[in-house]
Amino acid sequence: MNTILPILPEVVLLVLGVAILSLDPFLKEEHRRPVLGWTTAAGLLLTFVASLLFARPGEPVLVYGGMLRFDWLGFAFQLFFLIAAAISALFFMDVDHLNRRAETYLLLLAATLGMCLMASAADLIMVYLAIEMTSIPLFLLAGFLKDDEKSTESGFKYMLFGALTSTVMLYGFSLVYGFTGTTSLYELNLHFSSFDLLTIGVVFLVLAGLAFKVSLFPFHFWAPDVYEGAPTPVAGFLSTASKAAGFAVILRLFLAAFSLQEISANLGLILAVLATLTMTVGNLIALTQKNIKRLLAYSSIAHAGYAMIGVVTFSQLGAASTVFYLLAYILTNLAAFGIVAAAGKVTGSDDLDSYRGLSRRNSTLALAMLVAFLSLAGMPPFGGFVAKVFVFAAAVENGYVWLAVVGVLNSIVGLYYYLTVLKYVYLYRMPGEDEDKHPLPVTRPYILGLVLLVVGIIVVGVIFAPWFSLADGAALALF
Amino acid sequence: MHFPILSVIVFTPITASLLIFLYKPEQKKAVRITALAAAAFALTLSTIVYALYRRDVGGYQFLEEYRWMPFLGISLKFGVDGMSAPLVLLTGVVMLTGVMISWGVDDRPREFFGFLFILASGVFGVFASLDLFMLFFFYEIAVFPMYLLISIWGWIKTREYAAMKLTLYLFIGSVIALVGALAMYWQSGMHTFDMLQLEHANFSPGFQRLWFPFVFLGFAVLGGLFPFHNWSPDGHVAAPTAVSMFHAGVLMKLGAFAALRVGIMLLPEGARDWHWWVMGLALVNIVYGAFIASVQTDFKYVIGFSSVSHMGLVMMGFATLTREGLLGAGVQMFSHGIMTALFFAAVGMVYDRAHTRDIPKLGGMVKPLPVVAVGMIIGSLVSMGMPGFSGFVAEFPIFLGIWKTQWLVAVIAAISIVVTASYVLLVVRRVFFGTMPAELEGHIRPTGRLDTIALVLLCALMVGLGLVPSLMVPWVQTGVQHVLTLLGGAG
Repeated sequence: MNTILPILPEVVLLVLGVAILSLDPFLKEEHRRPVLGWTTAAGLLLTFVASLLFARPGEPVLVYGGMLRFDWLGFAFQLFFLIAAAISALFFMDVDHLNRRAETYLLLLAATLGMCLMASAADLIMVYLAIEMTSIPLFLLAGFLKDDEKSTESGFKYMLFGALTSTVMLYGFSLVYGFTGTTSLYELNLHFSSFDLLTIGVVFLVLAGLAFKVSLFPFHFWAPDVYEGAPTPVAGFLSTASKAAGFAVILRLFLAAFSLQEISANLGLILAVLATLTMTVGNLIALTQKNIKRLLAYSSIAHAGYAMIGVVTFSQLGAASTVFYLLAYILTNLAAFGIVAAAGKVTGSDDLDSYRGLSRRNSTLALAMLVAFLSLAGMPPFGGFVAKVFVFAAAVENGYVWLAVVGVLNSIVGLYYYLTVLKYVYLYRMPGEDEDKHPLPVTRPYILGLVLLVVGIIVVGVIFAPWFSLADGAALALF
Repeated sequence: MHFPILSVIVFTPITASLLIFLYKPEQKKAVRITALAAAAFALTLSTIVYALYRRDVGGYQFLEEYRWMPFLGISLKFGVDGMSAPLVLLTGVVMLTGVMISWGVDDRPREFFGFLFILASGVFGVFASLDLFMLFFFYEIAVFPMYLLISIWGWIKTREYAAMKLTLYLFIGSVIALVGALAMYWQSGMHTFDMLQLEHANFSPGFQRLWFPFVFLGFAVLGGLFPFHNWSPDGHVAAPTAVSMFHAGVLMKLGAFAALRVGIMLLPEGARDWHWWVMGLALVNIVYGAFIASVQTDFKYVIGFSSVSHMGLVMMGFATLTREGLLGAGVQMFSHGIMTALFFAAVGMVYDRAHTRDIPKLGGMVKPLPVVAVGMIIGSLVSMGMPGFSGFVAEFPIFLGIWKTQWLVAVIAAISIVVTASYVLLVVRRVFFGTMPAELEGHIRPTGRLDTIALVLLCALMVGLGLVPSLMVPWVQTGVQHVLTLLGGAG
């Protein structure tokens, strides 16, 4: 197939980026924020609609010399990224120093483009390039507030960690090529047929880079510091779309290259242990956090563990449940960070204490927060509940009852700290109890973004069948 | 195709809740009127369901099924049997009386009624669901608003602690049961969550023995079974009045009902293996709960522990696995629900006026609050199982069932009746009769019209059911028949 259909979203994103950049010099200062922001968001939405209408894949097919695979897995993830990016663009519009610069929107688009490629990359070289294409703009975005020490530190830390792990991963790739003579993901499983030391070594090296992207234990250390320092909407984008992109590669790599029974059974066990540690470490440390961004960072580590449960099973239901989980998680966590950004803009702080009396200051924002946090905790009728049930169901189906139990116990720990946050919002009062004098207004882009997300969370949680079919179609493309 | 009455009942409260959230926070009056209208509507429909349930036919009626997720065999399937029809009615009654009694909530009433109605939808959903997945879905919906309702509007001294404790206990129980349910789903090999089909899954005895404790106890946490009852008195006491009513009146039945429906009815063989254990635990509930209640000095804790004791009777009735025991337990769920709702309403009214619940500091309330006093007396008579009141209709068969299974247990459990009689009468005497402490004199305003209506409605149900047991017993009997078939069918 020699059309541009398989890379339609990427092409449109590129055009959009160029348009933003060339628009920039002609804009007056006061027009920059609205024009750049709305154009980016609308452009991303348009890309979403365009690929939904025109770029639907058929039978899975390798394109462009085997570099990409045009299938439902890549397609589903690309849709997720586009939505996440569009909403992040809305959230960017109210961050000072970020909202008037064409560069920020361009970097967002570039990272999204990289993610789209990650989702469909079918060759190790392409995987590496796509990951770097995603990471480098994100390093810059995380450290974008040059005058803010924390942001600079965040960007720098992110870059150091990213560079280190991606080198290790690249080393792993070179070993794979050395041993097998191929870089195509879909030829690798011919060469990895037994679970020997070589396979373990290669898997661990490769996993280092991917585990960093999705913040899997023991490569999670960067997340809290980076999220805390980065501009909040950037942290939201990092914790959702970027993480989902990592999972897209993990799903494709493991289910394509290591799917033989002898390997997957053993590898599954190793990954199950990693998932357990990730969930547990993330949740337990989150319990003690007093800064909401750090709390969400640890919670997002824990969520990587839950999503990993589906991968562990190496089954179609497992893969589908991971994709579904990521969908619910993207909507939910993006909403959580959006609320934090909106509230932080007024209160000027990310301490839990600054959330005291929020429900009296802006009851609608408090309701949105309730929805987001209960969805994170896995309560119906929100997306997080069904997503969790599906990954646990996949675990039980494939004989990992213990992993489901671990997940269940972890979600109890999770519930505790999510409820603690809601306690600040609904129960505690501001010192002086004069919330009436401290209204918390929310700007229009945030209202739009949050309404979309809250509706999305509820729709995914109540009418889950269509989304699960999408996830299942994506999973089917792996087998 | 008939009118989808059950789904209308289930979704009425949550729709009302959405509507309420559309109001502005200042529109308190509109919020209350909407809440009252929705509650009245739901009660009307529940009464219709109850009245139209055909006892001569039995089984599940008013069936509705919507394919929700065919891929995993999840459907939105509603239906009631003789066991659940009274509970749907109970929920309607408690919902309406709860709204009436909470008329005076002035701190963010929009949020209060909004959350309360989400909870109500969850409760209706569990009672009406015939799909295991949806049952969990609604079960969790019924649990989480509790946290907010207690922690925001509860008694300031213990609300944070009690709300968190309650939520964690219930959540732990339900997720453990969820793992059991998933195990059942895959083990059955039928790829359906439809409980009517899972009833015939014929799980192997080993499987049933392994999973029954998880599933049954997971739900029994909400039913207040010892040693997992600890959350409940604290929760009852900390909760605002309407929430205590909901909580003790309906939510605990939710736990017991789900333990029956999922634990005993889907894993009958497991129930037979474990029923002595459950009886033992329930016996502790009954006797220990009654003794603890008798030494409390806080009016609300007395009622809270009496609920633990009475719910023990429900669990005990289930555990006997006999016709009499199950029948009594079915009626007890309704009777205790109404009774305890009345108790908490009464406690709330006294507390709102006297600003204390310390029994020694109260007295002589009969003069300013005659209706409340009469309600409390009727409730006490129900609570000790006096003939002529609904408590007798419920407890007598339970004791028959226990006797049939093991007479010694019946004798020990009967101690509780004596203890119950002594403490409820004592409390009523101290709070409502005697002399009113000087500092309360003149501060007790009379009850409002809505309060009175609510109390009268609750009392009428208890007396009516006590005098005419056939208003409920035939319903429950058809439900029991089905449970017995399942229990017999497996053996």
